[in-house]
Amino acid sequence: MTALRAWLSDPNPASRRQARLGQAWLAWQRIRRNRLAMAGLVIVGLLLLVAAFAPLIAPHDPLTQDLSRRLLPPGTPGNLLGTDDFGRDILSRIIFGARITLYIIALVAVTAPVLGLLIGTVAGYFGGWVDATLMRLTDIFLAFPRLILALALVAVLGPGIENAVLAIALTAWPPYARVARAETLTVRSSDYIAAIRLQGASSPRIIAGHVVPMCLPSVIIRVTLDMAGVILIAAGLGFLGLGVLPPTPEWGLMISSGRKFLFEQWWVATMPGLAIFIVSLGFNLLGDGLRDVLDPRSASR
Amino acid sequence: MSLLEVRNLRVTFATETGEVQAVRGVSFTLGHERLGIVGESGSGKTMTGRSVLRLVRPPGRIEADAMTFDGRDLLHASEREMRALRGKRIGMVMQDPKYSLNPVMTIGRQLTEGLRLRDGLGRSDATAKAIAALEAVQIRDAARVMEAYPHELSGGMGQRVMIAMMLIPEPDLLIADEPTSALDVTVQAEVLSILDGLVRDRGMGLIFISHDLRLVARFCDRVLVMHKGLVVEEIEAAHLMEAQHPYTKGLLNCLPRIGGSRAPLLVLDRAGF
Amino acid sequence: MTGLPAPSPQRRLLPVLGQIALGLGTLAITLLGLLLITFVIARIVPTDPVLSIVGERATPAQIAAIREKLGLDLPLWQQFLIYVRDAVQGDLGRSIRTGQSVTAEIARYFPATLELATLGTIFGTLVGVPAGVLAATRPGSIADQIVRVVGLMGYSMPVFWLGLIGLLVFYGQLDWVAGPGRLDPVYDMMMQFTLTSYTGMILVDAALNGAWDVFANAVSHIVLPAGLLGYVSMAYISRMTRSFMMNELGQEYITTARIKGMPEWRVIWVHAMKNVAVPLITVIALSYAYLLEGSVLTETIFAWPGLGSYITDALFAADMPAVLGGTVVVGVAFVTLNMASDILYRLVDPRARA
Repeated sequence: MTALRAWLSDPNPASRRQARLGQAWLAWQRIRRNRLAMAGLVIVGLLLLVAAFAPLIAPHDPLTQDLSRRLLPPGTPGNLLGTDDFGRDILSRIIFGARITLYIIALVAVTAPVLGLLIGTVAGYFGGWVDATLMRLTDIFLAFPRLILALALVAVLGPGIENAVLAIALTAWPPYARVARAETLTVRSSDYIAAIRLQGASSPRIIAGHVVPMCLPSVIIRVTLDMAGVILIAAGLGFLGLGVLPPTPEWGLMISSGRKFLFEQWWVATMPGLAIFIVSLGFNLLGDGLRDVLDPRSASR
Repeated sequence: MSLLEVRNLRVTFATETGEVQAVRGVSFTLGHERLGIVGESGSGKTMTGRSVLRLVRPPGRIEADAMTFDGRDLLHASEREMRALRGKRIGMVMQDPKYSLNPVMTIGRQLTEGLRLRDGLGRSDATAKAIAALEAVQIRDAARVMEAYPHELSGGMGQRVMIAMMLIPEPDLLIADEPTSALDVTVQAEVLSILDGLVRDRGMGLIFISHDLRLVARFCDRVLVMHKGLVVEEIEAAHLMEAQHPYTKGLLNCLPRIGGSRAPLLVLDRAGF
Repeated sequence: MTGLPAPSPQRRLLPVLGQIALGLGTLAITLLGLLLITFVIARIVPTDPVLSIVGERATPAQIAAIREKLGLDLPLWQQFLIYVRDAVQGDLGRSIRTGQSVTAEIARYFPATLELATLGTIFGTLVGVPAGVLAATRPGSIADQIVRVVGLMGYSMPVFWLGLIGLLVFYGQLDWVAGPGRLDPVYDMMMQFTLTSYTGMILVDAALNGAWDVFANAVSHIVLPAGLLGYVSMAYISRMTRSFMMNELGQEYITTARIKGMPEWRVIWVHAMKNVAVPLITVIALSYAYLLEGSVLTETIFAWPGLGSYITDALFAADMPAVLGGTVVVGVAFVTLNMASDILYRLVDPRARA
């Protein structure tokens, strides 16, 4: 083990692979020292595991109703977190809900940054009126309330998970465009870009191969931090009945259906909210930690 | 009688990767004279200056065998006592007025603040004193400068304002930390001559911190050469060319001279000291 | 730079006016963009708006007539222009449910939301700024950790869940505050029939009327939602204040102030704070906007008859003009807040005026 460590922390790496792995290892060491970031990583890891192994972990089927066992409190044998108004086990529903949450944020994490990167790099690279128009467009989208816009979009498109994802993604891309453009502007005038251009590389190739990789660290940090917000927006849409349809165990929807029983059977609405809170917190912690490690200049310390 | 006496000053910073010693045992005395402290970046010269004013913040800590100013113990003085000394008896001019002046306050307010709060002067008295101070650093149109904001002034002007600000309460000791390093060469001479005149007229002690050996030699009476947190040589400015220590000799050799040798510069062997 | 000091105050004013004009121009374009987006959204509606008005049994002639009346037979860009013209004049269409003017309805509901958001932001600022300063001046201490963790939690909580928990604990279990709604029915009737409504904000109106019993009741109702929104607001504000303050405290001019012998409280609250205030204005405006936006989630929980409730009710009734009208209003509020904070920023920061 120590031989590997020595190899990774060698200040004079012999090969490119060694240098890259060494850097990654150093970054990992710094993240490890930040306890809060590690907590975030653990939470996100748990989310992934729970979502992946949901059928194996969940004690009950999330959709099976048992009206003879309605509204049982947490701690009832067999129902760790109690049951809801249809007798469904809340723990199992939360576990399966993790899949839905993961699905939503994965889709958004893939679409919004890609769209934002595209628009941002193109705007930054070409400059001029292309830049002006694209940035105007970005500013317009940026100036609007994300939740309300997503709400309006889903309202017309109709409920359903894909529509919710589309709506969220369409309102989430502007910050990435901004970040990408800023990075592109810094990189655009550097000598190595000029060198590649002189070698005859076309603009798409330059953008895709050389500009985009420079933007990636900032974008990754943003994505992680953004996911926390996306989870909250998705839950909000679910709460308003604009996401998935019942009986799918989406966390926001579960809170909404638990509202009726808030005062007597508080667990029905509280437990899913706790899940949302913990996952969002995890992403926030991880994102903060990543930012401290990858970009200490902008750290909130 | 000496104004300032420092014995075995040590400044240590606790960082993530262990303790870093910025100053590793510096001793000197200062009378009503001009002492220059020369060194490269990281030699500890700035930290030495800040230690005198006890302006080193955690995670740094100051330790010394003794540090006295005019007979008063600086090392163990309370924060309150230090505050009474700062400004009134010891002042410090920093490198870049772009950063060392508060960008959202007018020059006038920054100048009169000390007078009004610390000394209890009324507004008109304080303003008059501030204007007088500005005129002492040869700023014409002082009234207009009073209303200006720092970003509206040039570097040279800003630095003169800084000097004026520090000299208003008429301190006994002035620490100048690279006061001309951020200025254009043409302006440097001006600011230096102003500083020169003021220090002489008021009989203040001056600690002049810089990386510019020639400048310090011209301006000061004695020179301290620092390297890696230690004083490697203490010498009269007039006798600078007779320096003994290899580091100082190395620095001197780096200064270009008309008619001097054109051979490649010697590389300092730092293991030697 | 010749080193000459600033131009006289009159000459400083002109560039500021120019910037305000530029800002207003940008505002206009942004608002146009907002209207474009809502217009596009309105046109994607799968259900034919005509059918929802006339019903399914209408004759083709009737449908054509209604279509012409609604202007749906015109080319899209003309429809858009009409839409913009109407919007600028304050006409956001008619609600499908009630047939009333959407603008008039929103005008009735908006003050409630404003009241809540304003109070929440005030709480958030009054608690958040000192908390942020405390954390920044004692980095790594217990106080710092507490402020950061509490802030982080508020940041990560779904606000509607927080509302439910708050209601459960403070109303249901502890009975410390009044329940949902702005007023008890008795006071509500008093408010409607015997008192004059100046602003639509009950706290203000009751105070102006001197009706202190109504005021007290309104306070007991608003304290929970405003407090919770205040917590959410505080989370963000304290985090940003801490970040800004730490940045400022590392600057050289702070050392200068200390060298002058200034007491530490003055160094922090006068010297540093003046610089922190500049970006903090934007943060507070953003936080306010965020609370306005979040109203769609929180108002239903507290039975708060504001814009949020209006939009959600319209949503459930598939009343698209109302939903989109509400979207436009929130959007306009957002954009206006951003613009206002931008202008304030330029006025407060002397460097921006140059």
